[in-house]
Amino acid sequence: MTKNLFTSAVLAGVAAGLIAALLQFTFVIPHLLEGELYETGERIHFAIDGSTQSDRAQPAIGTDFARHGMTVAFNMITYTGYGLILLALMIFAHDKGHTLTPRTGLIWGVAGFIAVQLAPGIGQPPVLPGAIGSEVGPRQAWWALTIIITAIALALIAFGKGWTALLSIPLLLAPHIVGAPYLDTYFGVAPPELAARFAMLSLGTALAGWTSLGFLAAWFWTRSDDA
Amino acid sequence: MTTQTATIDRSDSSAMGLAIAVLAGVFLLMASGIAQATVLHDAAHDQRHAMAFPCH
Repeated sequence: MTKNLFTSAVLAGVAAGLIAALLQFTFVIPHLLEGELYETGERIHFAIDGSTQSDRAQPAIGTDFARHGMTVAFNMITYTGYGLILLALMIFAHDKGHTLTPRTGLIWGVAGFIAVQLAPGIGQPPVLPGAIGSEVGPRQAWWALTIIITAIALALIAFGKGWTALLSIPLLLAPHIVGAPYLDTYFGVAPPELAARFAMLSLGTALAGWTSLGFLAAWFWTRSDDA
Repeated sequence: MTTQTATIDRSDSSAMGLAIAVLAGVFLLMASGIAQATVLHDAAHDQRHAMAFPCH
């Protein structure tokens, strides 16, 4: 059964990574490249005279194929990594009597998006290059704990019996009441509009990637001889 | 001489398989999202920003 788990997760991860990369090149990467213009100082938003106006224009993508190739490759690795964990949890629930189908796989994918992208994103939104954050260790710890706690809360909602689902409410809130580590100073050099669009486009793209991942992982696995 | 046959409970072996899958997934994510090595960091840069990994 492990072989089919690995095969299904890798196939789903590679396919979802490709879908996510295509969406990133369409929506996310152009904003990222525009953000780098402010990171490098090629474009300045907050000029010395106090003006907050700057041109809105995105650099063309497709000039650096090695860089974009790496983005595709690492999306495949990331989605395969998430796919292995997601499918292992799906099969665990399946063994406990919660039948797995591609349709329920979609819900697993949305739940994965909420736990891994949306919940940590509330405290640590996707940032443009050049953004300055607090020390990386505590931020990684908050990120990892938020993912785990949110995943447990979602599992309680999905599978909890009786009133146990209510336990999910304090669990969902706890990481945000504690709060993500942050600096006492704002350092942003890019227009706030650009940073906001980048964050939302990243999340939207990740939602598409995660739902594809959940659907495809279930689809491949239910077609193997284990299901 | 008696021959002992070890039987492996199916659920045990599948639990091991699930645990290995989770560990392999975490390993891949460490490489694609967290590792600080310059080569990995630069190659994964755009993807890390897009997927909101807290990597620097």
